[in-house]
Amino acid sequence: MPETTLLNSQRPPLFCPGCSHDSVLKVLDKVFVNMGLAANQICMVSDIGCSGLFDTFFNTHAFHGVHGRALTYATAMKLCRPELNVVVTMGDGGLGIGGAHVLSACRRNADITLLVLNNFNFGMTGGQCSATTPQDAVVGSGFLNRLDLPLDLQKVARAAGAPYVAVASTYQKDLGAILREAIEYKGFSVVEIQGLCPGRYTKRNQISPKSIAEEIAPAQEFNGEVKENVRPDYGQAYRAQAAAQRKVPRPAGLQALYKPPQEDGRQTVMLLGAAGQRAITAGELAGMAGLLAGLQVTQKNEYNITVLRGPSITELIFSATPIDYTGITQPDVVLALAPEGVERRYGVFAQLPSQTLVIRAAGVELPETRAQVETVDFKALGLNKLDWALGSLAVMAKMNKVISREMLQAALEARFRGKVLEASNQVVDKVYAGAA
Amino acid sequence: MALTLMEGNEAIAWGAFDAGCQFFAGYPITPATSIYSAMLQLLPPEGGIVLQGEDEIASMGYCLGASMCGHKALTATSGPGISLYSEHISFAIGSEIPLVIVNVQRLGPSTGSATRGADGDIQFMRWSNTGGLPAIVLAPVDAADCYTLTIHAFNLSERFRCPVFIASNKEIGLTRESVDFDALEKPALVERVVAPEGQPYLPFRPSPDSEVPYFLPIGGERISRQTSSTHGENGYITTSPAEISAQIERLERKLVSAVDSYSFHEADLSAGADTLVLTYGVSARAARQAVNELRGKGQAVSLAVLKTLWPVPTALLRQLAQGHKRVLVVEMNLGQYSREVQRVLTGHEVQHVGQMDGVLIKPSQIKEAVHA
Ligand code: SF4
Repeated sequence: MPETTLLNSQRPPLFCPGCSHDSVLKVLDKVFVNMGLAANQICMVSDIGCSGLFDTFFNTHAFHGVHGRALTYATAMKLCRPELNVVVTMGDGGLGIGGAHVLSACRRNADITLLVLNNFNFGMTGGQCSATTPQDAVVGSGFLNRLDLPLDLQKVARAAGAPYVAVASTYQKDLGAILREAIEYKGFSVVEIQGLCPGRYTKRNQISPKSIAEEIAPAQEFNGEVKENVRPDYGQAYRAQAAAQRKVPRPAGLQALYKPPQEDGRQTVMLLGAAGQRAITAGELAGMAGLLAGLQVTQKNEYNITVLRGPSITELIFSATPIDYTGITQPDVVLALAPEGVERRYGVFAQLPSQTLVIRAAGVELPETRAQVETVDFKALGLNKLDWALGSLAVMAKMNKVISREMLQAALEARFRGKVLEASNQVVDKVYAGAA
Repeated sequence: MALTLMEGNEAIAWGAFDAGCQFFAGYPITPATSIYSAMLQLLPPEGGIVLQGEDEIASMGYCLGASMCGHKALTATSGPGISLYSEHISFAIGSEIPLVIVNVQRLGPSTGSATRGADGDIQFMRWSNTGGLPAIVLAPVDAADCYTLTIHAFNLSERFRCPVFIASNKEIGLTRESVDFDALEKPALVERVVAPEGQPYLPFRPSPDSEVPYFLPIGGERISRQTSSTHGENGYITTSPAEISAQIERLERKLVSAVDSYSFHEADLSAGADTLVLTYGVSARAARQAVNELRGKGQAVSLAVLKTLWPVPTALLRQLAQGHKRVLVVEMNLGQYSREVQRVLTGHEVQHVGQMDGVLIKPSQIKEAVHA
């Protein structure tokens, strides 16, 4: 037998006498019953304020959360449970504090319904002004409401992309028909329902069902579907996109196929570059080359958040045994490719021992150092700046330091395909073709 | 053995995936973004859901909605995001909503330094909720831990119906290292317990012989009710002091009384050592190297690495410290966890070794502190 009401017999409604929320609650219940919905087909989602009592008064799935955030819970619920009818109630308070979520919900278009119960003030906390309080109203916020313009939800929701928007009065006879249309609408539907708050607002302000009807009449012309915003709802669109994505294979790892040039002990490499030199990618390639020789590897990176400017540093440790501390104080090899990177690690150079190898890109000034410095003119080798970092790995390999050519070659093949692989191979070839 | 070069953030994503996570919501933030990117690769093709929130508050809201529908949910952020998560962390704790929150810590305070590491949020994660109730915080040392502890985190969040933090660090999350992916430890999965049929459901009544209520998903056959307000067992607002205290004290008890069963750690104690080096997170790596070097020179030093930070594993701390005169707490902050160690180990000399300058604590600093 179909239900005659979905209201909660254990928690009868107890709004102030004459509160518009009470009327909306009853109309909404009728709508649910007329739609033939069962209790477990609906979730009432609410936030803080008198409108936040709606979930308690319904005997349906219920979720009551934090002020202004109801749309976030509701959106996720609809995505996780596409069959569920998700209805959010919030007041004009929730509308204001949750403004970002209202805009986002309009843009997102999940198939949920938002009912904004607008009574022009914060009922629960003493009648302070809200985002919808008229400038000439007398409220609990002194003169402050005279300074802010009230928000026009209908205009905002339409502009933000909601495909169904309506403005209604609590007291209009066909409120149920509007609510039903909104709930049945496939997509995000917003209904602003204006009404009276006798507890806080009507004592000091001239407002009545009649004045509300007059006030909203022009806006009601635009009630209903917003043609320019019509599109598939988010859940539908998401599932279609998701189904077209490729599954990611589980990491397969690289087998140890080669012997590293220096078999015992650990080797540390510091690449000092600049943004745009693909330093971090080069570090990854060197690391993969290490794996291909069965070495443990760590790669610690440092760069500024402005990814196209500033230093780009990668520090690598290669070791036959597990690596603990990932920092490097005395690198075995320094690849000095840009002044930005060198400047960031300026202090390192004075401490380098004579056996450290510094591969310096021609033109990069170095601080005083005892280390052995090899200068490479990457430009003369025909390398674009973008390829200097990879080029410096090839120089290392050519000197049989840390990685060998076959390790580097195998790493490139594991990391890249097609054109990128071809171009990378050319970089290595150019370095090998150059003078020693 | 086949090694893969993997950053900590990626390992967390795989851990979540293997834990059965079906939902991720987050907002881009350095140094946590690559978790979001990895989840976006992993979940959608498998029927899972990934949302980019309009902000961090929304990201947490999405996770709470999804979790109450029965999905295992993950979010990832850094300190500034945890600030915004706070209101929903309180909700998740107070209303027993399972969820895993990754905090890839960066140097604070405030927006701080996006690409510098720190362990500056260790107390913040514990106290990020209104009401001061406990939360579980696990701290990985490396990429392998990131994988395994993420699965533990999901298990604990399901078992206790609570949010669980992963306290990572830029120096773990964005550092790549070699891992033998197939050999990573994968704990058996734990799932929240669904209410048995045929009896009235009280959403916040602990199930028999347990401190944790049964779960019913929103949108399921039977009606489920969730609220952020102070509630009794029936999920309705209550003003009864007896009901309120019964609920709130249970929230504390369910985690604290069981901590011995999830005090993850590594103990590497030396007989006759005066000093115990006690640490967690990325600093454990420097500590291991320091301790090994000291032992190489013939000095006896003990090392313990905590991987469960909160609730404080009190019994474990006492057991680890036994026989040592001095405990050195090494952490990338100005002495946050040291306070807890001091509080628990009243009979020991407790010293803090740490800094907040975006630079890793060096093994040499730890060796000096041991010698001092
Ligand atoms: S304070 Fe206003 S909104 Fe709240 S119940 Fe009373 S009349 Fe209704």
